[in-house]
Amino acid sequence: MGLRKARIIRGIAIGIASILLAGVLLAPPLWLFISSIADLKDLLRIPLRWIPENPSFSRYESILFGSGPESEFRKIMFNSVYVAAFVTIICVSLGVLAAYAFSRLRFPGKEKILFVLLFSYMLPPIAIIIPLYQIFSSFRMLDTKEALILVYSAILVPFVIWMMRTYFDTIPRDLEDAAKIDGCTHFQTLFRVILPLSLPGIVATLLFAFLMSWEEFFIALILTSTPQAKTIPVAIAEFSGRHSIDFGMMATGGVLASLPPVFIALFFQKYIIGGLLSGAVKG
Amino acid sequence: MVSRRNPTPSGKGAPPRGGLLQRKEALFALLLILPAFVFIGIIIFYPMALSLYLSLFQVDLTRKGAGTPFVGLANYIDIFKSSYFWSSIGRTAYFTAVSIALEMVLGLFVALLLNEKFRGRGALRSLLLLPWALPITVDAIMWKWIFNANYGAFNAFLTQLGLIDKYQPWLTRPWSAMHCVIVADVWKVTPLVALLLLAGLQTIPRELYEAAYVDGAGWFRILWKITIPLLGPTMTVVLVLRTLDAFRVFDIVYVMTQGGPANATKVISFLTYQEAFKFLHFSKGAALSYIITLIVALFAYLYTQTMKRHIEY
Repeated sequence: MGLRKARIIRGIAIGIASILLAGVLLAPPLWLFISSIADLKDLLRIPLRWIPENPSFSRYESILFGSGPESEFRKIMFNSVYVAAFVTIICVSLGVLAAYAFSRLRFPGKEKILFVLLFSYMLPPIAIIIPLYQIFSSFRMLDTKEALILVYSAILVPFVIWMMRTYFDTIPRDLEDAAKIDGCTHFQTLFRVILPLSLPGIVATLLFAFLMSWEEFFIALILTSTPQAKTIPVAIAEFSGRHSIDFGMMATGGVLASLPPVFIALFFQKYIIGGLLSGAVKG
Repeated sequence: MVSRRNPTPSGKGAPPRGGLLQRKEALFALLLILPAFVFIGIIIFYPMALSLYLSLFQVDLTRKGAGTPFVGLANYIDIFKSSYFWSSIGRTAYFTAVSIALEMVLGLFVALLLNEKFRGRGALRSLLLLPWALPITVDAIMWKWIFNANYGAFNAFLTQLGLIDKYQPWLTRPWSAMHCVIVADVWKVTPLVALLLLAGLQTIPRELYEAAYVDGAGWFRILWKITIPLLGPTMTVVLVLRTLDAFRVFDIVYVMTQGGPANATKVISFLTYQEAFKFLHFSKGAALSYIITLIVALFAYLYTQTMKRHIEY
């Protein structure tokens, strides 16, 4: 086989495979988006009209600015942002401090504690949800955003410790040694030397914590029930379970729920891929 | 554990051993980890202990006046004797095996494609993050809508191609419902598997391929004899991690099928959810959740063991 012929075959194979892959990755979300801007009549037509006749963003408008029943979804979006923001702040600040201790300090029982951490990170939420439900019920904290914030933060702390410890381990120690010779205490070294140097790692961890909290479904399903505390995943699942589904509205909710994570994934691609590859992240 | 083999042993730059300094360091460490651990203790470990306690009693909210007698392992024995438990384990195993097999094979092909140099490769790699970024519940409603029996895009597509002559109720037939759920999972997870395998591929030196090519080995032979063996460790890690995840599948099932039709997609975590929060059998639910936890812990143990081996390489 001639080298030129081989190159042409390779080019064609790569071309076909790329187009196929792009199509499979893009088509389903694209259809979700089209469903959100199409007229319901077009969606329910047989044979189906793939390109809507009068596309409009009216559903987005009524969710984001309207005052009808759709505005409930706006409240739920606010809940999701509120919960994810607090969770991110709490678990990252607690986790980063602990991760520093695991990376740099000597103390008894370190190995065992790390193992316990790894275990609690892999624990399926179903293992703790029944007692948590009872506990929050007895404190009258069911259906509150605070309950969700507490549970998510606790679940994510081990993840943050694991990820930040790996990151701290990659930072050379010379700088700290220099700081110590200059008379810095542990505390000062941590805040003036280590933390500024670990900013990329902290940003990546923040993003992952935000994403996990944003899409968590199971715990929110059990602990929340009204727009008071419900988050987007729960609202979306409910939407699809109704008897008379407004498919367009459901699609709009889905698109709105996906926008923040998709933007984060695209803009912070380098951090995200780096984090995924460090192996600390679940799928 | 992993940290024992850490290339940078902890405390390398620490001050020389001295009783006081050492104690000061341990004290500072305690100060740093205590807040995190108090938190984890209250919200994770306390409920875990409570769950074990619960599983040994008969707490049933549907029988209010019945009290909560101690029943020992009766809940567990009931579960192991029941056929619904074993059939849901079977379904979970089927879901796990089929979706992971597809994700590994498809993921490997995508990774091999992206390991080639061609125009548009960067864009394609960014595109891989799209399914990963979609919240899992959005993934589920999206596929539920696509597989809709009356208006779904999948039906429209197949009809317009002439492959079926009338719309099919994909999600209300047992066999196809399970495979629709698998499709939703495979679409979302394969890109992640591909990215992880791609990272593994990029560590294989190009000279190896070139040498094999010069020796006249074909594409498939190179894949089978060089790529896959060298990718082995990465594949093992991905495999175990994915098993850990797939075994706990809940969200997609809840949204797409609610365990139906005729229990065809009632995986173990959905069964547990139903026992506890639909039928309010808290004790049985707790026992089931402990069984899931033990199985997951086994996978987690396997994971740490493979990680250890991985690092020794």
